[in-house]
Amino acid sequence: MNTKNADAIIVGAGWAGTIMAKELTEAGLSVIVLERGKEHTTAIEGAYPDSIDELRGAIRKRLFQNLAKTTVTIRNTVDQTALPYRQLAAFLPGEGVGGAGLHWSGVHFRADPNDLRLRSAMEERYGKNFIPKDMHLQDYGVTYEELEPFFDKAEKVFGTSGTAYTVKGKVIGDGNVFAPDRSSDFPLPAMNDTFSAATFRKAAHDAGYHPYSLPAANASQPYTNPYGCQMGPCNFCGYCSGYDCYLYSKASPNVNILPALRQDKRFTLISNAHVLRVDLDGSKTKATGVTYLDTTTQRETSLKADLVILSAFQFHNVHLMLLSGIGKPYDPVKNTGTIGRNFVYQTITTSRVWLPENNYTNQFIGAGGVGVAIDDFNSMNFDHGPLGFVGGSPVWVNQAGVKPIAAAVGTGGHGTPRWGKGYKDALVDTYKHSLAIDAHGSNMAYRDVYLDLDPTWKDAYGLPLLRMTFTWKDNDIRMNQYVVNKIAPIARAMGATKVSLNHLEFGQPFDTRHYQTTHLGGGAIMGDNPQTSALNRYLQSWDVSNVFVIGSNAFPQGMGYNPTGTVAALAYWSAHHIRTTYLKSPGPMVQA
Amino acid sequence: MVKSDPTSAPKPRFTLPRRSVTSALLGTTAFWLTQPSAGISRALAREAATAPYSPQFFTAAEYAFLMAATERLFPKDHNGPGATELGVPEFIDRQMQTPYGVGDNWYMSAPFQEGPANLGYQLPLVPRALYRQGIASLERYTHQQYGKNFAALPAPTQDIILTALEGGSLQLESIPGRTFFEQLRTNTLEGAFSDPLYGGNHNLGGWLMLGFPGARADFMDWVNQEGTAYPLPPVSLSGQTA
Ligand SMILES: Cc1cc2nc3c(=O)[nH]c(=O)nc-3n(C[C@H](O)[C@H](O)[C@H](O)COP(=O)(O)OP(=O)(O)OC[C@H]3O[C@@H](n4cnc5c(N)ncnc54)[C@H](O)[C@@H]3O)c2cc1C
Ligand code: SF4
Repeated sequence: MNTKNADAIIVGAGWAGTIMAKELTEAGLSVIVLERGKEHTTAIEGAYPDSIDELRGAIRKRLFQNLAKTTVTIRNTVDQTALPYRQLAAFLPGEGVGGAGLHWSGVHFRADPNDLRLRSAMEERYGKNFIPKDMHLQDYGVTYEELEPFFDKAEKVFGTSGTAYTVKGKVIGDGNVFAPDRSSDFPLPAMNDTFSAATFRKAAHDAGYHPYSLPAANASQPYTNPYGCQMGPCNFCGYCSGYDCYLYSKASPNVNILPALRQDKRFTLISNAHVLRVDLDGSKTKATGVTYLDTTTQRETSLKADLVILSAFQFHNVHLMLLSGIGKPYDPVKNTGTIGRNFVYQTITTSRVWLPENNYTNQFIGAGGVGVAIDDFNSMNFDHGPLGFVGGSPVWVNQAGVKPIAAAVGTGGHGTPRWGKGYKDALVDTYKHSLAIDAHGSNMAYRDVYLDLDPTWKDAYGLPLLRMTFTWKDNDIRMNQYVVNKIAPIARAMGATKVSLNHLEFGQPFDTRHYQTTHLGGGAIMGDNPQTSALNRYLQSWDVSNVFVIGSNAFPQGMGYNPTGTVAALAYWSAHHIRTTYLKSPGPMVQA
Repeated sequence: MVKSDPTSAPKPRFTLPRRSVTSALLGTTAFWLTQPSAGISRALAREAATAPYSPQFFTAAEYAFLMAATERLFPKDHNGPGATELGVPEFIDRQMQTPYGVGDNWYMSAPFQEGPANLGYQLPLVPRALYRQGIASLERYTHQQYGKNFAALPAPTQDIILTALEGGSLQLESIPGRTFFEQLRTNTLEGAFSDPLYGGNHNLGGWLMLGFPGARADFMDWVNQEGTAYPLPPVSLSGQTA
């Protein structure tokens, strides 16, 4: 007798989870999505003006994960005791329907083709010995050409604004000359440049670089996506990052996918449902379903399904795999096991440029995904030979809308007063006349940087917290310093009156107290070898073949670009192969 | 059903039908001339002018410390009002009565163990306890050193003490001076620059200083005006203007 509750259970209602739910219901499957947080809709919590309140929003963290219930522990090196991440700062995971996809910014990239096969590409160009011994540099096991239709689909669902360089081999616009070829143009034209971005564009061009408009999942025009979901034009209100867009202009699962899904009878969404584990059968090679806790009633329920999709966000996916006994935990001493291996992040440093006093940068004007970037020092677009490091960074002005509390708290230091006499002068000057330039770069994987279960601290449900062992390594620090130095001539060409170039420092460990990005990656990576990857090229667990794990956990190393465009494309890629191959004959899609 | 958010804002002091606020603010400056909002800003201004705030969480002595210390951190000067004029102490007192005051979204499970600073906050204290214990300890110190409360000390001495806290050379018994200082600095700046709904940023003085237009949130016409300053004054969530 078939006692299953649904054909597929999906954990997490963010980008990855809602894309998988849409694809699987289209394939005729009944789907239950379990989301640990509460419902979020634009019409209610996202409405103007309450949603644009900085104190309640980004400062008191209205939309982010509640650490009181669960968090991680963090240490820099294996010989340290990891301590709990007690207050949100360095990264801001989402919670509730939409996940971090509700409060992301919207920079929407396709992965660079070289970044998807970085070990092969680096070895081909610089030889095997170029890659440091302790660096776990790996290919994704999927190529840009294979993913292109899915990058394209994701852009059309997200309503992404941008300027293409080539479509089907023909130059069609003044987009990014380093960008790979596309099968079609962006669904919407690029957003306009803010004053600061326009100034950067001109200066970068004059300095001999190749500026382009950041691809933005902020709608430059009214848009209806292939699911019939509608977006209104963005008005540069500046409340993307950390907020829910009141104008339906920033792509989110809530705006771009859920309105269509909610009309489908095969789709069920259960909020306040915290998944505790994936249930496995006695053989540990097949999942029978999941067990979750209803956080409003405190009741535990087990649901059965043929297929389980983990899409709870990068490190939550790894946590659930470790808690459930899916695959073999990574051991950095023996260099065996795969769950927790290749944990990576994103290098980012923000430099600041002050313009003459008759220039007002109006930093509160902006949108999360808009700006102007150069890729001259990203990926493999420059000669690494004499430099001796792997990786690179785009450099950009991404004026996302700077709020006064964040600006005030961030002003001072490096010889400028942080309070009292002189502080307000610095704050007013910085707020009115400066702009930020980021070096937003790659982060490589290393043998002793990984995820496992913490031996001491527990979450509110009595389960061990996930432990992060992470710090910045010399390769990535050298890369960051090299790229940051390239900002100086651009800043001069902008007519800067003052420049503060900020870069990573050797010996300075990862600091959990300051926001960097929420672009965490790896820990359950994809690849072509079950000894060094947790998932095959379809994001299917090598060990439990009816579990697919979708998210940036699949990235073998962190790329210079923001992750979500690639997460969405990988979700569509995986779903496509589930629909066309797996469902016809469930089982491993790649033989180990 | 939508449940109320435990971290949500305190109730505004008055409510308006949402649609009228929205449509008014999405328009242009003409909004300022319409009846309800003009009435509100007058009412608010009156309230601010006539009703001195009496703290609910802090004792009178603690509040005196807060008035003095926040003003040193964010002094009145040629840029605009200081912390006391902006209502920062009132803001902090009100915050202590929200879920934030008890660290509702902090992970506060034992064991508590100190470690390197870059691994973040590890004290078993929520904001209320940090202030209560921190101020008490600091006042013991100032009495010992100077025979007076912090608030009674001359400004240069207050600055010396704050500098020692910031630099970490002054420990407040179980609380590192730096931790206490950062808590106070952060809350002070939050009070100066958050919506007046929360008790600070009186008369939008913080936002005026920065040229931040508050809840306007529509800059279609000012995306790139070649570096010209945005022309409109700030407006609060409730429709108060400066
Ligand atoms: C402020 C901010 C700005 C960002 N800007 C950008 C950007 O400009 N460009 C970009 O590419 N990326 C950006 N990101 C990153 C982006 O948000 C993520 O890459 C993206 O949301 C990941 O999608 P996901 O579906 O994997 O995870 P999420 O969107 O986080 O969804 C995961 C969901 O799973 C739920 N969940 C977790 N554990 C459980 C459990 N045990 N049981 C049930 N449910 C669970 C979570 O509550 C969450 O809702 C930003 C992130 C932040 C925080
Ligand atoms: S800047 Fe644009 S996309 Fe972002 S929240 Fe405002 S209207 Fe929405």
